[in-house]
Amino acid sequence: MIQFNNVNKWYGEYHALADITETIAKGEVVVVCGPSGSGKSTLIRTINRLEDIASGTITLDGEDIHGRGVDVNRLRSRIGFVFQQFNLFPHLTVLDNCTLAPLAIGGARPAQAHQKAMQLLDRVGLAHKANAWPSELSGGQQQRVAIARALAMEPPLMLFDEPTSALDPEMVGEVLLVMRDLVRDGMTLVVVTHEMGFARDVAHRVLFMDQGRILERAEPHEFFNHPQHPRAKQFLADIRTPFAQAA
Amino acid sequence: MLELIQTYWLYFLVGQYPDGPLGGVAVTVLLAALALMLAMPIGLLLGLARTSTVAALRRPVSALVYLVRGIPLLLVVFWTYFFLPTVTGVKTGQFTTMLIALVVFDGVYLAEIVRAGIQSVPRGQYEAARALGLDHRRAMARVILPQALRSMLPSLVNQFVSTIKATSLGYIIGLTETSFIATQINSQVFTKPAQVYLLLSLTYFVLCFGLSRFAFMLERRLARRDLPRVARSPGSPTASTAPTA
Amino acid sequence: MPGFDLALLLHGQYHDWLVAGLLLSLKLGGVVIACALPLAIAIALLRLAPYRALRAVGFAYVEVIRNIPLIAHLLFWYFGAPELLPDKIKERLYAGNYEFVAAAIGLTLYAAAFMAENIRSGIRAIPTVQFEAGRALGLSFMATMRRVVLPQALRVTVPPLLSQTVILWNDTSIATVIGLGEMMYQAARVESASFRSTEAFVFVTVSYLAGSLALTALAAWIHRRWPVRTL
Repeated sequence: MIQFNNVNKWYGEYHALADITETIAKGEVVVVCGPSGSGKSTLIRTINRLEDIASGTITLDGEDIHGRGVDVNRLRSRIGFVFQQFNLFPHLTVLDNCTLAPLAIGGARPAQAHQKAMQLLDRVGLAHKANAWPSELSGGQQQRVAIARALAMEPPLMLFDEPTSALDPEMVGEVLLVMRDLVRDGMTLVVVTHEMGFARDVAHRVLFMDQGRILERAEPHEFFNHPQHPRAKQFLADIRTPFAQAA
Repeated sequence: MLELIQTYWLYFLVGQYPDGPLGGVAVTVLLAALALMLAMPIGLLLGLARTSTVAALRRPVSALVYLVRGIPLLLVVFWTYFFLPTVTGVKTGQFTTMLIALVVFDGVYLAEIVRAGIQSVPRGQYEAARALGLDHRRAMARVILPQALRSMLPSLVNQFVSTIKATSLGYIIGLTETSFIATQINSQVFTKPAQVYLLLSLTYFVLCFGLSRFAFMLERRLARRDLPRVARSPGSPTASTAPTA
Repeated sequence: MPGFDLALLLHGQYHDWLVAGLLLSLKLGGVVIACALPLAIAIALLRLAPYRALRAVGFAYVEVIRNIPLIAHLLFWYFGAPELLPDKIKERLYAGNYEFVAAAIGLTLYAAAFMAENIRSGIRAIPTVQFEAGRALGLSFMATMRRVVLPQALRVTVPPLLSQTVILWNDTSIATVIGLGEMMYQAARVESASFRSTEAFVFVTVSYLAGSLALTALAAWIHRRWPVRTL
């Protein structure tokens, strides 16, 4: 579904993405992990063009997303994106957050949009908060609404940029559960996360990145138990036992 | 002091109306309100231009802002007073002259307020709107501006206070606003200038202080209800921390 | 409208009037800054004092002064205040150059109110945790202020203060209402004497702009040279 071909990106002198070549199949759940500054967020943000690239191509369903005839807004409406900071619109109610896109650009009728939004909110367990303001919700609730909002345009692909990193630990679970349910419905997911439990239990594949490169790709079981690349080994060791000194 | 108030209060408030043109405090408030309302659309357009990524829009507007803010309002009034009649061929009255000068001045200051308001909306909001598929225009209209305008309200009220004070310049070109009426009263009474000018100051104070307090209250209410607090669950024992960048 | 006569601005009687006006404006501006800044610091400290009575005085000063237009201030100081003094002193005042003194007093009090707020905001802009961190290291109150809070506060305060100085420079024009012979007064004088308003107003415009832009450029330079570093 998504194809990266020799993608490169620089921030000034810094090589943020280096020769990225990768394919993500339809229905796959891919977790991207790695140390801070490895380029994982940059990578998924290139998929919906929140970041641009210097060279190489990215294709979605066979179509080059930077092609001349491509309408970037239409592209983005076909991709759901969930931010680390949720970014709900504080001046709109929870329900209005979810109906904004379908009404403004989806051409939906108000009744339709309303109904769909309520369904989605129900799916994430927040139908009873439909008329609340975002500032009245906890972090976990806000993030679940953000997921419902992203689903409102019925995208075939969902991208998650560290969706639980800004949450208190007791709320991480409720968000991961919602994400797992999406997987059950056959959605294609690309998730940048530090939640190794999620990666182990839900992902089909793990990509390990460091310094702008994809250093290892493996199924979760393989990756967590038998990492190949030295940097990957170091990363996993650091997560598990942060006090152990390297031999 | 009391007889001063008793004798002249009506003259002070409305000038010679209905036996003459409207004057006094009524003119001050009317002029200020009108100027601010007319300046709003100008300020909005200029403010949007100032935050635009298109240099051809941004640069001339920035130059205009620096120009107008670098000269006294009195000078703008004089330019308007002396040159507008020659340019338009029509002799502009004092009220109109002050109005035009104030609209120009306020427009530029409002542009700065609009710019600050737009820039105070977190970048994540714009990204979230674009990520949903909204184009730039819709993202601004439906997500950014509503939030910006709300946060600008206290500054707008403060600008109204500034404008009320600025109307006092009409005195210099003979507009029958509050300060002018006060000096008229003073020349009639003649022996009590301290009281007259103290009363003048008191009037402005009551008007402007009242409005400033209103702006202050607005600011407090907005701070409480506004942006979502990042990630902390209600009743969490952890102290509030700065949101991650 | 007759053509622009540059010669008018370069020599002759009108030139002299205008230049005298410019110099007087500069002098007024200089005197006011020198007096207003210390006063503003004092007011700001009053507003931050640990005693409620002191804070109230500071608050009252700022709110009363700021909510009254400059013209009303000047009218009071020039026409109203002397009446409250004994006749002898009043006559001496009016015989001398009281226009300048009244303008200086009015402008100083007015500018100090705004500058006090700039200074107060600057100090308050530094998060209290910075102060706590300094104390936690064992530094005394004064040492913490001197080494941690004030250096940061100063950098934050200077641009708004310079911006306020630009406003002050422009506000000197208001002294014309009490008959002080500064730039605007002279320009109006040239206009009524010669009916050549364009040249006079261009001179005045350029002078005010030059002053404002110079101050703004200074602020930008200071900001580049000593930037505000936040976390």
